[in-house]
Amino acid sequence: MTAVLPAVAVAPAVPVTDGRRRRRIALLYAGLVLGLVATTLVAGGSGQLQIPLDEILGSIAHRVGLDVGPMPTHPRGEYTLWNVRFSRIAMAVVVGASLAVAGAAMQGVFGNPLAEPSVVGISSGAAVAAGAAIVFGLRFAGDWSIPVCAFLGGLVTTLLVYALSRSDGRTEVVTLVLTGIAVNAVSSALLALLMFLGDTQARESIVFWQLGSLNGSRWSYVLVVAPLAAVGIAVALACARSLDLLALGERSARHLGVNVEALRIILIVVVALLTAAAVSFCGIVAFVGLVVPHLVRMVTGPGHRTLLIASALAGALVLICADTVARTAVAYTDLPLGMLTSLVGGPFFFWLLRRTRRTAGGWA
Amino acid sequence: MNALTTRGVTLSYGHRPVLDAVDLDVRRREVLALVGPNGAGKSTLLAVLAGDVVPDEGVVELDGRPLREWRLRTMARRRAVLTQEHRISFPFPAADVVRMGRAPWRGLPEEDEDDRVVAEAMATTDVGRLAHQPFSLLSGGEKGRTSFARVLAQRTGILLLDEPTAALDIGHQEAVLARARAEAAGGAAVVVVLHDLSLAAAWSDRVALLHHGRVTAEGTPAAVFTAPLLSLVYDHPIDVLTHPATGELLVLPDRRTPLSREETA
Repeated sequence: MTAVLPAVAVAPAVPVTDGRRRRRIALLYAGLVLGLVATTLVAGGSGQLQIPLDEILGSIAHRVGLDVGPMPTHPRGEYTLWNVRFSRIAMAVVVGASLAVAGAAMQGVFGNPLAEPSVVGISSGAAVAAGAAIVFGLRFAGDWSIPVCAFLGGLVTTLLVYALSRSDGRTEVVTLVLTGIAVNAVSSALLALLMFLGDTQARESIVFWQLGSLNGSRWSYVLVVAPLAAVGIAVALACARSLDLLALGERSARHLGVNVEALRIILIVVVALLTAAAVSFCGIVAFVGLVVPHLVRMVTGPGHRTLLIASALAGALVLICADTVARTAVAYTDLPLGMLTSLVGGPFFFWLLRRTRRTAGGWA
Repeated sequence: MNALTTRGVTLSYGHRPVLDAVDLDVRRREVLALVGPNGAGKSTLLAVLAGDVVPDEGVVELDGRPLREWRLRTMARRRAVLTQEHRISFPFPAADVVRMGRAPWRGLPEEDEDDRVVAEAMATTDVGRLAHQPFSLLSGGEKGRTSFARVLAQRTGILLLDEPTAALDIGHQEAVLARARAEAAGGAAVVVVLHDLSLAAAWSDRVALLHHGRVTAEGTPAAVFTAPLLSLVYDHPIDVLTHPATGELLVLPDRRTPLSREETA
């Protein structure tokens, strides 16, 4: 097709490739990876049993077959480092990355920066199903039983929220928040019912869920949820460009070749999968999926490819830090992680709500 | 072969008929204007042409093949659509929004032209200086022009434009329609929904006048825009004049007649 220019003043060519933005994104990635390494080392060393940095490095070197550096001097040092701390850190990475990516993907599908698994009740929906698996002793898939139940619970809840909260291809803030209230209310009632039905041990597990904690994360648990998280994040990344186009609205996205119906279904499954990966063993850790993508967007802009990658890294980083605070802030006590994230995330959500209201010129 | 063809397209929303047996040919090298009063079915017809709405009856063909046989991505390389609403969920800068128009060409040799095409589209629509501003903060007219740039960047042989001049100042109205005209001269088929009949007369080769979901008249602007027909369809006295110097058609409401709609209502 020929490009015949009509009689308008032709502005100078636009610098479309933005070098500064690329540098900033590269810096952010580098910073996040460095941060992850640093926090892992710090978190590995801190706790009731302090392990100095050189001993941690030495222990890691020995594990990879290099005979350099000192080994942990404390008799239980090596065991604590690898079977308590590092497994817990690995779990924090998986859960943090899952929640942050789930939040970013959900915001993209709903076209609403306030969508988040815990806000709209997907986390609690998944927790109900996981709770049911415990109370009724469902072991149909071995170690995978609870994650499978959590996934199904999360999927049903996501579909429900999606069907209830959308009109004309978008979700208004009011509808989303109110739907979240309704779904959370029903989920709490069901969790209460499960606690009533269950024995003492089951009750304790359910309470632990509602609080959210990484306490007792074992490698075997990490190995169950890490593949779920990896698949979910990979699929979300593959949909990144379509999510960008979806920001134009469903009609325009379709005009640009996006199969909106298929994209929606795929991402709803992804959100349920990632939420299940996070909730299965650690319970409800709220607001990570809200706060992290929002902060990342401030640095990277709204492009979903960068947003999803950086959110995964930042989510992991945030959760390692939060969990380290949770287990070291008060000596000999493991504070509930979900409580900490909600303490920070709740007010943040409120601020975001106010801001959205102001910029949208109303609650719509 | 026609770029787009509809035959017997009929559609109702509930009990309200919106389109009634519409036959329309959209030809290449031609600007076709869809005009008509509010609620006549112009935007719905455009949505049917774009494949957003499947009609209850009738067929829509793109390049001789029924729309449902097309893959969305392939279709996106044949036709671009400018919708009336310009909304965005996240604060993408205007340049990124224009670049989204290149999405259907990803992974094809045409992708190499992305930078040049985007820059050219932004230059013609005069949005170059807005490149780094968030789309959501632009004014209505600036949003409209940026979206038009996105549609141009898609580089398709068929353009479906729903009120591209809405919220634009007179200079940008002319520029946008001149560009649509130029695309048609280059071989494209352009369908444009317009409210301003003088603009339609000036820039289109053919107009289709819709009334109650039917094509009441179709032909050159001079043939369709007659005072009696327009007065009937718009339910308001309308004058059609010829510009004394340029000979262009001017369509104006006749304000001398005391029977305005408010008074009869």
